[in-house]
This record gives sequence, C-alpha cells and structure tokens, in this order.
Amino acid sequence: MKLLNCPINGLRPLSEFAYGGEVREPPLETSDAQWVDYLFNRNGAPGIKREWWYHVPSGTWFIAERDTGSDQVIKTYLWGEV
Amino acid sequence: MTQRLPPQPGEWIDRSRTIEFVFEGKTYPAFVGDTVSSALWAMGERVLGRSFKYHRPRGILSHANQDVNVMLEDGTRTNLRGDVLPVEAGMVLKAVNRLGSVERDFYAVLDWLSPFLPVGFYYKTFHRPKALFPFWEGVIRRMAGLGALSPHAPRSETTKRHAYCDVLVVGAGPAGLSAALTASQGGARVILVDENPRIGGTLSYDHGGEKHALDTLRALQARIANEANIRVCVNTTALGYYADHLVPLACPNGLEKVRASKVIIASGAFEQPAVFRNNDLPGVMLGSAAQRLIHRYAVKPCERAVVLAGHDLARRVTLDLIAAGVEIAAYVELRETADCRWAEQRGIPVYRGYCVYEAYGKKSVEGVEVCLWDGQGRADVTRKHRIACDGVVMSVGWAPAAALLYQSGCQMRFDETRQQFLPARLAEGIYAAGRVNGNFGLEAALADGERAARNALGLAIGSDRVDDAGYSHPWPIIDHPRGKNFIDFDEDLQLEDFANAIQESFDNIELLKRFTTVGMGPSQGKHSNMNAIRVLSRIRNQPIAEVGTTTSRPFFHPVPLGLLAGRSFDPERLTPLHAWHLAHEATWVSLGGWQRPAFYGSDRASAIVDEVMAVRTAAGLIDLSTLGKFEIRGPQAGLFLERFYTGHYQNQAIGSTRYAMLLDETGVMVDDGIVARLAEDFYYVTASTSNAAAVYREMTRCQQIWGLDATIINLTGSYGALNLAGPLAPQILAALLSKHRLERLNGAEQLEIAGVVCRLLHVRFVSEIAYEIHAPARAMLALWEAIHSEGAPHGLKPFGIEAQRVLRLEMGHFIIGHDTDGLTHPFEVGLDWALAHDKPDYLGYRSLRILKRKPLKKRLVGFTLTQPPDVLPDECCLVLRDGAIVGRVTSIAHSPTLNRTIGLAYVAAEDAVPGATFVIRHQHGMDILATVVPRPFVGEAR
Repeated sequence: MKLLNCPINGLRPLSEFAYGGEVREPPLETSDAQWVDYLFNRNGAPGIKREWWYHVPSGTWFIAERDTGSDQVIKTYLWGEV
Repeated sequence: MTQRLPPQPGEWIDRSRTIEFVFEGKTYPAFVGDTVSSALWAMGERVLGRSFKYHRPRGILSHANQDVNVMLEDGTRTNLRGDVLPVEAGMVLKAVNRLGSVERDFYAVLDWLSPFLPVGFYYKTFHRPKALFPFWEGVIRRMAGLGALSPHAPRSETTKRHAYCDVLVVGAGPAGLSAALTASQGGARVILVDENPRIGGTLSYDHGGEKHALDTLRALQARIANEANIRVCVNTTALGYYADHLVPLACPNGLEKVRASKVIIASGAFEQPAVFRNNDLPGVMLGSAAQRLIHRYAVKPCERAVVLAGHDLARRVTLDLIAAGVEIAAYVELRETADCRWAEQRGIPVYRGYCVYEAYGKKSVEGVEVCLWDGQGRADVTRKHRIACDGVVMSVGWAPAAALLYQSGCQMRFDETRQQFLPARLAEGIYAAGRVNGNFGLEAALADGERAARNALGLAIGSDRVDDAGYSHPWPIIDHPRGKNFIDFDEDLQLEDFANAIQESFDNIELLKRFTTVGMGPSQGKHSNMNAIRVLSRIRNQPIAEVGTTTSRPFFHPVPLGLLAGRSFDPERLTPLHAWHLAHEATWVSLGGWQRPAFYGSDRASAIVDEVMAVRTAAGLIDLSTLGKFEIRGPQAGLFLERFYTGHYQNQAIGSTRYAMLLDETGVMVDDGIVARLAEDFYYVTASTSNAAAVYREMTRCQQIWGLDATIINLTGSYGALNLAGPLAPQILAALLSKHRLERLNGAEQLEIAGVVCRLLHVRFVSEIAYEIHAPARAMLALWEAIHSEGAPHGLKPFGIEAQRVLRLEMGHFIIGHDTDGLTHPFEVGLDWALAHDKPDYLGYRSLRILKRKPLKKRLVGFTLTQPPDVLPDECCLVLRDGAIVGRVTSIAHSPTLNRTIGLAYVAAEDAVPGATFVIRHQHGMDILATVVPRPFVGEAR
C-alpha cells in the first residue's frame, strides 16, 4: 500500500485517502460539442497528472501531482498553492 | 538401520528429547528439532513422496522449503512440506497424491505411459468430444491433484499486526546478519526476518569441513543478542514487496505488515539442480541439501556419494561429506579446466570434463554412468563408466532469490561470467547484499552486508561489491535419448518437453511458462526457471539477457488462506436510538453502513401493514438519525447553495424549507434533500443517508475552489433526527410544545420540544402532515420517548425502513439511487420545476441546457396493476413496447391504504400520460398490463 503526503497531516497510508478525480478546468463559453468532449473524453496516456485527493479522517482536499506512468507522487499541496 | 551421525557442533536437534510420529502407517522415532524429511532419511527411508504427473518416487532435493514432491497431510492441514515441517510427538502423516502408498503407488503406471503424455497433452486431448470432458476432468483431478482439504479442519484464528522500522533486513545469513548489526549500531531500529527456525543462513550448514563458519556464526549470534535495536523474526517469510516499502511477513501466528524506511534484501540464492536422466531418483540431491542434513540434523545423506561439480562451492560440499564420513566414489567435474588437485591429493577419483549421463536404481540411486562430454550437453557415450553409489550430490550453480527485488522494481542484468542475474539498478530505498548480489564467499558476504547497511543509513555511497567466487555452470544439462532428465520437479517437465513446446512456437518465456507450466508449481520455479531460460536461450539462439525472466509477483511462497483472511472487520454505525429499537424488537437491516430497524417485531408482512396504517390513520415515528445533516453559515451561504444545488436559496424566506437537488457535471441526479433557512446567514441542509459522506465531501471541495464567505459544518454524527408523521402528529406535538402555537408549524424553525432544543422541518415525504425533528444526538432518546409516550395512547407506532418505503411510494416520491440510476437526469423524472433557469452557473447547469433540447426517450410514472398476479413483478422487471425494451419497474408494492398494487416505472415518453397502458415482463415470463396513474397515489386531502 502506498503512502501519500497530506499537506496538513503528513505521510499517511493510502487507505486513509479517497481519490477525487483529475483536476480539470471546465471550459467557460463553449459549443455543445466542446462541452460534451470535456465531459466524456479523458486523456488516459501516462504522464504527470494533477489529481484531487481527500484525506478522509480530517476532511482535507488537496492536489497531488502524480506520474501515472511510474505511479510516483511528485508533490502534494492545497488547492490554490503551487 | 540409522544414518544418524554423532553429535555435530551447531546441530538443530535436541538429542535429549526423542519423540515418535507416524508416516504412511509406520511409526518412526525422531528428535525434537527434526523435520519430517530428516527424521525419515535418518531411518533409511528414501521414497518420501510421489511426483505430480508421472508419480515417480521422490526424496530429498533441496531440504530448503522447496521439496514440493514431499507433501504431507495430517488430517486437518494439507500440502505440508516434509523438508521444513517440524516433527511433533504423535503426528500422523501421509503423503498426498498417491494411490496406495508412497512405496507402492498404483498411479506409477503413468511413468510407463509417459511417452504418450507429451507436454500440452491435456490441453489437446480431452476437450473432444465435449460431452466426455466432465468425466475426464474428474479422472485427471483425482490423479493430478495435490492434497485434499479437510472440511472438518478446526477454525483457526490468526492475527494481523502492523509494525514499523527504519531498516528491514530480509534474510539472516552472513550478509543479513552483518547488515542488521551495522544498521543497529548506526542507530536504526531493525527488523531481521528469516524463514528458518534459526538465524545463520549458509553459516549453519556450509562449513567446508572447517570450524570457521560456525565460529563466525556464534560470534554474530552473540552480537545480535546484545543489540536492543534488532528484532529477530525467525520462522517468518517475507511474502512480497508492495509500494513504499510495505512488506507483509507470514509469522507463525499471523500476518505482520511491516512498513520500513529502508529494505535490505539479503535473501540469498537457490541452489540449482543439474539435468540428467533420472536426476529425480531419491538419493540425488543438491549439495546444500546434503550439507543441511549433516550440520543441522546430523543425518548422513548417503554412504557412498558421487559429487557432480560445476560450481566452486562443490569443493566445500565435498569436504563436508568427507568430514561426515561419506565415502566419495567419484568427483565428476563438468568443467574441463577446473583445478581438482585438492581432490586428487585426498585420493578421490576425479573425472574432470565428465558429466553424469544418467543415474540408475529402482526406488533410489544405485549408481551412475559418467561420460566425457563437450560441456554443451552432448556426452561421449562410447566410453561409459559405471560407478556404484547410493547418493549423487549436485553442486553446479545457484540462482538468486530475487523475487522481492523484482517486485520492488529493480532492474536486473545477466552477468555472463557469473551466469547469474544481478541487480543493475535498485529502486529507491532498496539495497541488495550477499548471494542475491553475487557475493558467495563468506568474507565478501559479510562485507557486502555492512556496505548495504551503510548505504541505507546514508553513511556511504559505495558501488556494489561482487567477489570473484561463485560462477554457476552455464549449461548443466545433459541430453539423453530416453529422456527423464527433469528440469521442473513440480510439474515433471523433461528437457524434451521444452524443445517440443518451442517447436510449437511457444517460444517466448511467458508463453513457454504457460504452455509447459514450468515454474507454475508450488515451488514457483525456484529450482527450474533458470534452466528453462537457458534452454530457451539456446534453442532461440538468443542471449539470456534478451530471453529475460517471467514476472515475479507476490507471494514469494504459498500462504495459508487463513493467514490472509484473518478476522473480519465490518464496522457498523448505530443511531442514538439503537438501544430503544433493540428493546422494542426491531428487525435490523444494514443500510449505508448503518444498522436500522426494517420493521418492529418478527412478522414482516403484518408489521409493515400495521406500521403503514398507523401513519395513515393516527401517527408514526421513525428514526432518521442516519440522514446527512449540514449547517451552512456565513454571508454567502445562500450563494453557495445556489451554486451547489439546482434551486433558489438566496431569496428563501427565513423559517421556510425548499427542495434541494444535486447534479453532477453531466446533469445526472446525485442526491436530494431539504434546505431550511433558519436565519439570514444560517441554512440547515439534509442529504440522504447513503450519500451523506459524499455530499459533504463535494461541498467542501466546491467551497475550496469557489472560496465563498461561507462555512460548512457536518452534523451527520452529532445530530439525530426523527420523523413524526400522520394525521394526529400536530395534536401529539402540540401537547409537547412549551410556548409555540401549532399553526405556525409549516416551515422550519428552532424550538423547544419536551425541553429539548430542536430544529423542526415540515417535510411531506411519507405523509401530508409530517415533522422532521432534528436534535443533538445525546438528547434524541429523551425526545423520542417523550413523543412516543405522548402518542402511543392515540395509536402512534414506531415504523421502520420497509414501511417508510411503502409510505413514500403511496405519496408518489422517488428515491435517488433506487428509482434513478447513474444516467437519470431531472427531466426524466419530471423534476423540471426544481431547476432554476434564471440563475448563473450551478453544478450540472451547462449539461441541462443540452439535455433540455433533446427529446425524452423515457419518463418515470406512477402505475397501478388492475389484475395483479399472485407474485408481484420484481423491481427491475422490464417495461416493453412493441417487444422492445423501453424502461423498467423501479419500485412496486401493495399499498395497504389503497388495497391495490402501485409502483413507479420508466415508460416510453409518449406513454407517460394518465390512463395509458404498458406491458411489464414478469420475472416468470408472462406479460402484465399496467396503467399509468397520477401521483401522489394517496393524500390525506382526498
């Protein structure tokens, strides 16, 4: 089981976390086709992805940058921080 | 006849304690500390088991937990390995996989039939005609299976524990011991693991006829015992490597999951057999097996041995045999250039550049034929030497026990000189030491362990030290026209099987493995994979580095399922009123992790009718403490809710309630609840039981992104709730109110009931008149009991989930997740009114704009059955239109109030008008006619 570094609680086992999906910015003014593309088409190619993670016991949402090719978490931080 | 040696220094047996056990119906003596195999071998037994496919007699091969042909059962446990199973007084054992006994196994006829049973035989033969396959399957399973499970085995309770350390050292041989000591002295907390009952590894058996190894072991043992930082776990197997240095250990009494900062893998190497005809005869064994028998169990492996040498360690093996009084009939050296003067000086007949062409003997070795050979597999059979012996000791090469290294992501390279896969690039925090790292000599292993520990502590960045001893023979494989030269003893695979499989184009190592099943037996290729790779490499004419290895997956060693299953842990949440329900004979149902009353009493059908009728004619009371309950406070609380839910909340009157529906980005309904505005900047929001956690999670995420001036407080656990419903509810409530007047109770407010400060919401879910009353959990019991004792004389009854489902159905309400699915959008259930179209963006809004323009395919309607069948259609029965599927039934029940069958179903959009009829396909096959009716089905007003 992996460990994940919660920006508030530090290194914790993965069983304490819930995955919240990839960070995706909804496009603002779009055609229907662009919106549907945003909703249903995901890029599954391996690479560095920004993901939402939730530390369940403390209720902390944060962002993890993860290389989905190697499953290495590069860094974690709260939303709005970099 | 006993082959027990005089006491050996460092032996593992306790000669002061003699015990007896039964094997195959015969009683044998043993010492405490003996394994079953060592005790039987000491008494002269040679046939300890039968092979898997051909039922050939088998004896000791490795004596290192890989003798999978000596599998035993004791009545409750099965597939116990004789080479490691400690003898206990009174044990009654028999071998698995034989018909009759190991001495006379009637299945042994298969050995004679083996020319007709080539590799892949089972795949190709028994599938035609198809009708006969079940018959053949039964026959094959009986003949080819290993032990049988006992259904009467006692239930075993094993523990699961967690442990943490700075450095985990896997393997307590010289490298592991030295690594553990160095790490501990550097201040690290160390866990040292070894599968053997004692630490020492090779030091406990590879003595080379000298005292040095044992002296070194005793010195290391003394130092380890003095280190408080080292926890030694013997009889413990490191089962695998998982991400971020999690290594599960199979301990004698349970599973321990160790999280380590650094892992030093000093797991050693597996000695590899030579491949020649009849290399499986009892008496043919690995050099290390002979050494283990001598030094650990004081058992003489044989009287007169032929040593087959191909590795430098063969010399030490021979010296140990001589010290144990074994006569060396011949020293057959595969390498023409090897220096054998040491043997000649001792008067040993040396056959340099020779191979063992075949072994012969009926049930055990009686002799061998040796020939000159070309070092490439071909023997010169024109001049055969016949040498009588009762043992063949093979010392031709080793393969690394690198499973954990592979699993940790280590890249391995094949070292052509050493003929061994060695770590090329290790994963972060992983270190390799000792034989697995190519260091075979004692001093080299000790130094390598120290170096690995210093690397792990960050004290040194050193290159891996590889000593120049320990070169495995590149081709310890001798052709024979009559075969029976086994590469895999688990699955009885001979050399020719590989050639056949490759000829049939299974010529990739992964394909070869699956077709021949090499390495798929209980020993998982620990003694067969290396030779299989060599054979494939030669036939494909590819370097071994390009052939590669099969994937190494956990577990490293078979694990009893009981160790993994352990005790179950299913936490249940209980409401603050649990004890009351228990005292009133609730029948329980588990919903969303909560224990909730399904109904009260034990007669389901009549309880539901009674509970429903109480709500319709008098009053009912249900525990709703499982609801999601949130406070949203702050100047922008209303704005937050408008962006989160589909409705308007900023203009909501204080003291009123509004419906709240949550959509996802695609416009699919996720959850619904009630928003009550209790003050200018204070909203109280409910969510359904099963979505409470997810809704709160989504609220907090949105709040983080939006950054509005609002605070979300989760009261799901700290608050309880109940629903008082029915025509007499106002009257019952009025009696408990201190100062409020009843007419005002139609929205939402905070007030005092029976002395408890509550939040009261008027929610018409189960009944036209119904009050949801929310209060702190600790006050719930007092509140509930006050209402119950006030109402009971008027006919109030508590009701459970089942009655609630019927009541809400009578009211025509759907339940999200029950009457909707992961694709249902609000237009399909007729919730257009709940969607604001004049407010800026909210969750799902953009998608609704698209969905609104699309014609509806199906709609949710209420229906009734005019002629209900005896058995009602199940929920999920299909709705058909002209034979095509258009929808399904989502809820159906007999309404006690109306005395007819009602339900909800998706029907074709054009049928969604009252009076239309549609067809339901009953689970028994017949078609049932249903009629669309308006909702609600009931109403106090009617």
